Amino acid sequence: MSKREQLPPPRVLIKAMLAPLWLLCCTLLAPLAMADAVDVARQKITLLLGQEPPSLNSIKATDQVSFFILGHTHEGLLRYDAQGQLVGGVARDWKLDDRSATFWLRDDARWSDGQPVTAHDFVFAWQRVVDPAVASEYASILYPIKNAKAISEGRLPPEQLGVRALDERTLQVDLEQPTAYFLQLTAFGVYLPIREDFYRAQGTRYGAEQDRLLYNGPFRLARWVHGARLTLVKNEQYWNRAQTVLNEIDLPYVTSDSTAAYNLFKDNKVALVGLSAEELNDALKQRVKIRIFPAGSLFYLEFNHRAGRITGNRHFRRAIQRVADPQELVNRVVGVPGTLPGRSLFPVWIKGVNGSFRKEFPAPRVTIDPNQARQELELARQQLGLERFPPLVYLTGDSPTAAKQGEYLQNLLRTQLGLELKIDKQIFKQRLAKMLAGEFDLVAAGWGPDYDDIMTFGDLFASWNINNRGRYANPDYDHWVAVARDATDPRLRMEAMAALQRLVIEDAVIIPQYESGSVYLQHRQLKGVVRRVIGTDPDFTQARVVAP
Amino acid sequence: MHRYLLRRLVEGVITVWFIATATFFAMHLVPGDPLLNDKAVPKEIRANLEQHYGLDQPLPVQYLRYLGQMVRGDFGISFTQKNRAVNDIIREHFPVSASLGLVALAIAAAGGILWGALTARYRGRWPDALIMLGVIVAISVPGFVVAALAQLAIVELNRLAGRSLLPVAGWGEWRHFVVPALVLGLGTMAYLTRLMRSSMLEVIHADYIRTARAKGLGEARIFFRHQLRNAILPVITVLGPAVAAITTGGFVIELVFAIPGLGRYFVQAVQQLDYTVIMGTTVFYGAFLVFMVIAIDILYGFIDPRIRVG
Repeated sequence: MSKREQLPPPRVLIKAMLAPLWLLCCTLLAPLAMADAVDVARQKITLLLGQEPPSLNSIKATDQVSFFILGHTHEGLLRYDAQGQLVGGVARDWKLDDRSATFWLRDDARWSDGQPVTAHDFVFAWQRVVDPAVASEYASILYPIKNAKAISEGRLPPEQLGVRALDERTLQVDLEQPTAYFLQLTAFGVYLPIREDFYRAQGTRYGAEQDRLLYNGPFRLARWVHGARLTLVKNEQYWNRAQTVLNEIDLPYVTSDSTAAYNLFKDNKVALVGLSAEELNDALKQRVKIRIFPAGSLFYLEFNHRAGRITGNRHFRRAIQRVADPQELVNRVVGVPGTLPGRSLFPVWIKGVNGSFRKEFPAPRVTIDPNQARQELELARQQLGLERFPPLVYLTGDSPTAAKQGEYLQNLLRTQLGLELKIDKQIFKQRLAKMLAGEFDLVAAGWGPDYDDIMTFGDLFASWNINNRGRYANPDYDHWVAVARDATDPRLRMEAMAALQRLVIEDAVIIPQYESGSVYLQHRQLKGVVRRVIGTDPDFTQARVVAP
Repeated sequence: MHRYLLRRLVEGVITVWFIATATFFAMHLVPGDPLLNDKAVPKEIRANLEQHYGLDQPLPVQYLRYLGQMVRGDFGISFTQKNRAVNDIIREHFPVSASLGLVALAIAAAGGILWGALTARYRGRWPDALIMLGVIVAISVPGFVVAALAQLAIVELNRLAGRSLLPVAGWGEWRHFVVPALVLGLGTMAYLTRLMRSSMLEVIHADYIRTARAKGLGEARIFFRHQLRNAILPVITVLGPAVAAITTGGFVIELVFAIPGLGRYFVQAVQQLDYTVIMGTTVFYGAFLVFMVIAIDILYGFIDPRIRVG
């Protein structure tokens, strides 16, 4: 090799190699225009969204993110206040009896283009929800209204829906049957009003862009860059605008990555983030204030009650019930603050006659006792005429949390009862398909409430309920559901539900595991945020930024 | 040349048709469907939804309908994004992925070629050892780890500086490109460095280089005109597939840095079994890859006249 060949390369080359570093340095020197999490002077906050809202057409919305945006930009007949009480939204007064409901609308309720919100806007929107041609997934939430189901089945035209505008400001609703919780339903996103002329002018594109929506809530959308950013600004046409303090809610980040969300919070770029179990430990070390809030959902082990399944045997189910300690599961496996052990089909926040249902009607306590459990198991073995139990199939999701819980259960049943559990991990849709087809013995299931009444959990295992994936069928259960459904007297209804609560435990219909808790961080200067189980959550409509 | 081009294009169209068909039937074979959700809906509502989306038709009918739509350039409406046409999703989000990908690729190509050439020149000495160590690390550490670490580094950097030097996440201005593009291009850069190194090593000792020196040419001229230009050809070969890989492979980076790219929709559509989005993105990316390879083959002819196409 000649001497010249080993000469260093031209200097240009070395300079060029350093180009990425130069780029980085120049970036650091330029001032950055990213807004901070909160801005006192402008009363502006910055937040992030877990995903692009799938549907801001309220007729077709089904998910949390869409309802979160709609809850800020729109308003139904009624809404929930900071204490969780129903208060007037577009309606200033209302009356509910066994067969009908009447709503008197405010004179000053307006759309963002200045036109009044009228009773027709509700009639129009509700007729669309049940119209088979529109195909709304949540149409059944309107079934308490007269003829809703028949219209959805295509047996009646949408115009036959039991809702009429008596005049511009009076809405009359006929009910299919007495519905004690109908007022609560009118606060639900699918019950929002839509103005006919505007909706029709958009063709199929209603709600697809920021300017293809009319707003009647505390905020309106000022910008919507798909998948990237939404900006809500105060709606100056809103009747209760004096109550809105925030001028702007900017949502310039769309990601479902919880670590990224947490990093944004640490960098003072977003004012509120949920924490996953992974970030929780780091957050605890940072000594930031961690807030807890009950998320309202119940998670449980669901048995397959179909004929021929071992899990159809009551003693078998009770054996598992007597070793599955929800307290231990919460402490050792779930490990998220705010999570409560599952003791009943009804979560603690469910309302009873006057206050909390669970305080008025405490759930019977299950005693954890491996000896009793083994006796029950032996009874089951004899009844089923089995030599020994074959392995059971436990269907669950593909998340790390699901895996942890599955392994815990597998170990528990092996050591305490000598039962083998085969864990069948499936991704979302495949798991649902298997649940529907009944391809499981046990399944990790959960339920979140749709409306603010005990019945949102109560009828879950009625023989006719399509979400009763284990196909539990018991005339006693159906009876108590019917009693609570048809009665309007709160005490009568709650006593029926108390009987049902007892039945669920004694018959081990399911095994309640835990009530989910949610852990989140909130900026110190941000006040007045309302967290709730039912309705818009988190709710920033009354929020404000205070000086540090 | 024209005949060659025509033949390649026809082959390309057939490949895309095959991708579409295979994806369509594979997707329908997966248990579950886009209408299944946590909460089951009553059967009359399910029937309305099936009719609305045309899922009530037999599969061959659905397939022919879809093919007809596709030929007209219409990929249908998304199941999860209930108001959005798949065409709009591709139109709005592909440019994001593509621009990020191109910046990443530019960084990767420039870095890879120069660093590769440098390691070859310094073979066996410390710059070679150092860069090759970096290459091994960059190839073996997965992208999501690098992305998470880079983001954490930004948070710490901003904290130390007491103000925002770099954005942690987000999209909208040029600064948002910097770190994600570096992270996205890192793997490709490492790969290109290795490729360039071995290619350069061959060239360095070639007879024509000796001749060039003998002629008394300057070192810079030899490096750029004789060595680099001859060594670069294998790198150009992999650039075509790399463009496609880098513009589609950004899923994790898009998620971590909250970038509204198409990669996110591509992956989420599969999880959600969003039939129309799966089809649209797969066919689009498939076509993109196929025609990228054709384009690179044609580009060869210009870089090295000895390679004759046609």
